[in-house]
Amino acid sequence: MTPTKPCRTVALAGNPNVGKSTVFNGLTGLRQHTGNWPGKTVETATGQFQTPGGCYILVDLPGTYSLLAHSAEEEVARDYLCSNAADAVIVVCDATCLERNLNLVLQIIELAPDRPMLVCLNLMDEAARKGIALSPEALSRALGLPVVGLSARRPRELARLTAALDALIAPPAAPTLPRYPDDIEAAIAAEMAAASCPRRQALLTLSHDPAYTDRIAAALIAQAESIAHAACAAPGCGYAPADRRIDRIVTGRFTAYPVMLVLLAGILWLTVQGANYPSAWLSSLFGVLEELLSRGLSAIGAPAWLRSLLGEGILRTLGQVVSVMLPPMAIFFPLFTLLEDAGFLPRIAYNLDRPFCACRACGKQALTMCMGFGCNAVGVSGCRIIDSPRERLLAQLTNSLVPCNGRFPTLIALITLFLVGGGGRWDGLAAALWLTAFILLGILATFGMTRLLSASLLRGMPSAFTLELPPYRPPKLGQVLVRSVLDRTLFVLGRAAAVAAPAGLLIWLLANCSFGGTSLLGHLAAFLDPAARLIGLDGVILLGFILGTPANEIVLPIIVMTYAAEGQMDGALSLDALRPLLTAHGWDAGRALCVMLFSLFHWPCATTLLTVRRETGSWRQTALAAALPTALGVAVCAAVNLLFHLMV
Amino acid sequence: MQKRSLCDLAPGERGTVTALTADAGMRRRLLDIGFIPGTPVTCIGRSPFGDPAAYLIRGTVIAIRKKDGRTVRLDREANRP
Repeated sequence: MTPTKPCRTVALAGNPNVGKSTVFNGLTGLRQHTGNWPGKTVETATGQFQTPGGCYILVDLPGTYSLLAHSAEEEVARDYLCSNAADAVIVVCDATCLERNLNLVLQIIELAPDRPMLVCLNLMDEAARKGIALSPEALSRALGLPVVGLSARRPRELARLTAALDALIAPPAAPTLPRYPDDIEAAIAAEMAAASCPRRQALLTLSHDPAYTDRIAAALIAQAESIAHAACAAPGCGYAPADRRIDRIVTGRFTAYPVMLVLLAGILWLTVQGANYPSAWLSSLFGVLEELLSRGLSAIGAPAWLRSLLGEGILRTLGQVVSVMLPPMAIFFPLFTLLEDAGFLPRIAYNLDRPFCACRACGKQALTMCMGFGCNAVGVSGCRIIDSPRERLLAQLTNSLVPCNGRFPTLIALITLFLVGGGGRWDGLAAALWLTAFILLGILATFGMTRLLSASLLRGMPSAFTLELPPYRPPKLGQVLVRSVLDRTLFVLGRAAAVAAPAGLLIWLLANCSFGGTSLLGHLAAFLDPAARLIGLDGVILLGFILGTPANEIVLPIIVMTYAAEGQMDGALSLDALRPLLTAHGWDAGRALCVMLFSLFHWPCATTLLTVRRETGSWRQTALAAALPTALGVAVCAAVNLLFHLMV
Repeated sequence: MQKRSLCDLAPGERGTVTALTADAGMRRRLLDIGFIPGTPVTCIGRSPFGDPAAYLIRGTVIAIRKKDGRTVRLDREANRP
């Protein structure tokens, strides 16, 4: 047994889209956690791993092209690398565009030339496919640093990286320090003397001086270029013909929008169709559990009210949330992650930048909108990828206008019950098309609201925009499943379940405490009824939306439970049992449509609101994020209601 | 030699960067991507509405809007000696 040594801290740096997270996940496996950098809204991930040589704490720095600019990511990366927190640095480089990556490597060497450092030349397989012949040995000689060439997608190859890391104890003997033209070197020396600061500080100051900005950048890139040439025998072509063919369709003038639409409808169809069976299965499983719980409780002599509270109150609500939510999420999130990994999402931002730009916003809002389909809270925190504060706020405030996974089940159930004819073989497809229509309406509302805000509260013009379109890559199925199930599905489900149980308790209490012969739930619903009728709902439905604020998934279950408490319902909850129950309470296609529209446009769930608060730091913006969609929903529902009344 | 800007490149055309006229923030970003004088750039396509367009520079494909592309001055390959 060797005595346990303290873990060494290793920073993982690199450009965006170079497979840095593949390296990170490959090294740390599941022993990682994500959080925020203190005081900054930039995601951080740290993880631990063990090698024959010892134990390491790996800190995943945000992906950046350079360390000299002003974005939050670059500041975080620069500050971390300047501090002495890391014992060593691994810079992950993309072998297919080495030159641009070396720019960052040189900057990191420059920050701390005497810190152990290692270059991980990733995506060697992709480079080989593109005809790029690279020599890690030649690169190592040119840089004066150890270089490991590998493909992080193949876990076996990571062993060479950990071996190199174990060998990395001493600082590099002679790293290649960037040299600048003589007059810049003189200016650096003068600045060092004048401000009595280290070279890296003097360089940073000078790089923000317009007289030097371009020439410092040019000198770095010129050196990156010559080092890349030394390591590269055949340059290959940067843009693979296969990518060109895919892009011609995915971003083509006439094909781009149909392709995106088919993709969206396809994903929704898979989600709707695929979720049916596991949903029914989970629902009956919870029915059995409720039965068992009830029997167990009566066996130990628990009073009837407690059995009802635990069984019909808490467990049933939990069961409804889990059985309604889990299957669609477990299908949607992996599919979405698949698209993300394959490189499709940046193309969607590219295709939609022009419309967003016309709304005075940023094309990257298309990405946060897509994340919103999964979970609006995730979408709102995703808005960090948008650099301009004004455009970020636009994206945050409008995110909940697209339906999230918590609202899909409500939409799907009502579409199946009221909008699609019963039992035909094309019902699944028709339901998916209806759902796509609702989503398109949400997207349209996003554009409209964004434009409206740009013309009123958040006036301004679109800022500069650069977006990398990474090469298409076959996604790694195993990793996609693990990541989407762990990071997204379980996270969202856990949150919903944590909310569902107390909400179930509250609703049970409201339903079972009564005065004057009517339950509290009934009193509240009666109070809300007149207002609700104006927008085509009824008091129970509006109450359902209010009580469902903690998690939108439970809106429909609450409504059903309230109706059922009025003495209509027996047995398990299924779609077939729902139709007579709802029609008995005055539901028709018009009301169902209003409920769906209100589900699409109303205040975001509590988690999303808290996320808006955290991201913007302002209650005012949070209130705005709630008020905007609600106002839209009230207006739309009132109009639809009026229309139906005029028609009938 | 005919002076042109990035957004004048048609898909498939190549040019060489000669100068940047962007303001500080965008300039920094363009420099980091590698838009320095002497760098070859190829336009590889436009988005469905014609703006932004995608450019191949130093092995990477970057989308840039017309408004920003105008600040990158370049020589068209065909006009080079």
